[in-house]
Amino acid sequence: MKEVIIVSGKGGTGKTSLIGSLAELAENKVLVDCDVDAADLHLLLAPTIIAEHDFIAGVKATVLAESCNSCGLCEELCQFGAVTMNQQALINEMSCEGCGVCAHFCPEQAIKLHDHHCGHWFQSQTKYGPLVHAQLMPGEENSGKLVTKIKQEARQLAEAQGLDLLLVDGSPGIGCPVIASLSNADMIVAVTEPTLSGWHDLERLLDLADHFRIQSLVCINKWDLHSEMSQEIEDACKKRGTEILGRIPFDRTVVDSQIQGIPVVCHNDSHAASAIRDIWEKLSVRIKESPADSVPPHLQTLG
Amino acid sequence: MKIAIASGKGGTGKTTLATALALAATGPVQYLDCDVEEPNGHLFLRPQLDNSEQCAVIVPQINEELCTYCGQCRDICRFSAITQFGQTVMTFPEMCHSCLGCFRVCEEKAISEQKREIGILESGRAGDILFTHGRMRVGEAMAVPLLNAVKNQAQDDHLVILDAPPGTSCPFVETVLNCDHVLLITEPTPFGLHDMALAATALNNFNIPYGVILNRAGLGDDRVQRWCEEHDVPLLLEIPFDRRIAECYARGGSLLESIPELTHQLRELLDTLQEVNA
Repeated sequence: MKEVIIVSGKGGTGKTSLIGSLAELAENKVLVDCDVDAADLHLLLAPTIIAEHDFIAGVKATVLAESCNSCGLCEELCQFGAVTMNQQALINEMSCEGCGVCAHFCPEQAIKLHDHHCGHWFQSQTKYGPLVHAQLMPGEENSGKLVTKIKQEARQLAEAQGLDLLLVDGSPGIGCPVIASLSNADMIVAVTEPTLSGWHDLERLLDLADHFRIQSLVCINKWDLHSEMSQEIEDACKKRGTEILGRIPFDRTVVDSQIQGIPVVCHNDSHAASAIRDIWEKLSVRIKESPADSVPPHLQTLG
Repeated sequence: MKIAIASGKGGTGKTTLATALALAATGPVQYLDCDVEEPNGHLFLRPQLDNSEQCAVIVPQINEELCTYCGQCRDICRFSAITQFGQTVMTFPEMCHSCLGCFRVCEEKAISEQKREIGILESGRAGDILFTHGRMRVGEAMAVPLLNAVKNQAQDDHLVILDAPPGTSCPFVETVLNCDHVLLITEPTPFGLHDMALAATALNNFNIPYGVILNRAGLGDDRVQRWCEEHDVPLLLEIPFDRRIAECYARGGSLLESIPELTHQLRELLDTLQEVNA
């Protein structure tokens, strides 16, 4: 099975629009939306949810009011500023990391830890194939663990259905959820744009892929907003040995298709759509060429 | 006053707006780039960065000469950062949340503090604007300790503009906590509204006041205006879609260069927020 992760560093460069179109073009795949705290792929693919599951991860501490004698030890021990002392100790769930140190040392056993419900994940069917996606509750943590969870589920689903490709929509940034989504990846497709921020963030993302020894391929979206910079980005990529898969022009049909809730390649007359078809043609060759027994980089489960 | 600029969805114009607000402000102002994974504010404000320091977190180092292999450090750690096989104790520093539970639980005092670098904190000035950002080390997963180091630079006698990272999870939360007001900037598309609404749900839970700024108005449809009306959320400003703004942004130009009259509007917006929060 091959895994291709669509990432960008900078947000809003067109990851989800691209993968929405690859969903239409690629066959025998499972789609995975790993942007679990701002998931949008379902808005393009109109999934029917087959199964919904709770996502429980980590713990939170609560104070049993009847047992607390206000000694203040928990406030002193908490490294996250989650405890305030009034008449009794009060734990701010937002700041609590669930380390359990307060509960362990409380002389009155007045602090209990309880499992924390952070979100939901879904197995869905779309007209383009199965989709595994999730929704972290707004403001929650453990995004990396949820990414790891839905990727595992997607792999199992692919194996069970004899599908040989995982197409993964990643998060912006280069931190916890992105690193979790890169585990087992055969290659990343980095979507960038010809802006100073797009380029700056791309470089950090490519450094991250190099760090984990994962092959990178680059797409320049909205390339004609600054054609000179697009050329500079291409040159910089070539210098570091990173292949450019293609360029996608700025095209209002991308926004139109998002509003209609369909992948942009479903528009026959769109310039962006034909550029994306060319990109898929190249990418599908790279996927076939990538070694089947590639040793996955060892990445721990991150929370 | 602390104002955070957030969005839910990435690429909707947080840094564009945050840097334009810092440039438009009339009094003492500070810009804090809280997107430590992909900081971009420096590309637009071009600060002179005079101060640079490593940011590190404390992780355990086991002194095996003192260790009795009692297993208590492994048992208290809820982040799988310590394991023990027979007479070998291993630590996984990148899993550690620095709760210090293992230090405290070890009766033999066999654990000493080791520092793990997670990134650098850089500060300086861009004209009259005080500037700080964090650059997380590539390969590092944990953004929050560095983000908090950035936030700790906040000067209470300044107007502090915090440029939040995308998303609605912990880095977003850490940025907006204890802010007086949040400006949610979005674009008139299904993705833009969907993710902004998630961020708004989180802000409702935290009781942090917020308003919406619509960027690229005219590119999509009127769903953001309708949402604001239905949810009784103030739509504070609309920035039109204009290819020239996009081209100016591409080069690292400020929004105020493309639309000079916006300076006045942003000042009025800041005045209104100061009054509301006074």
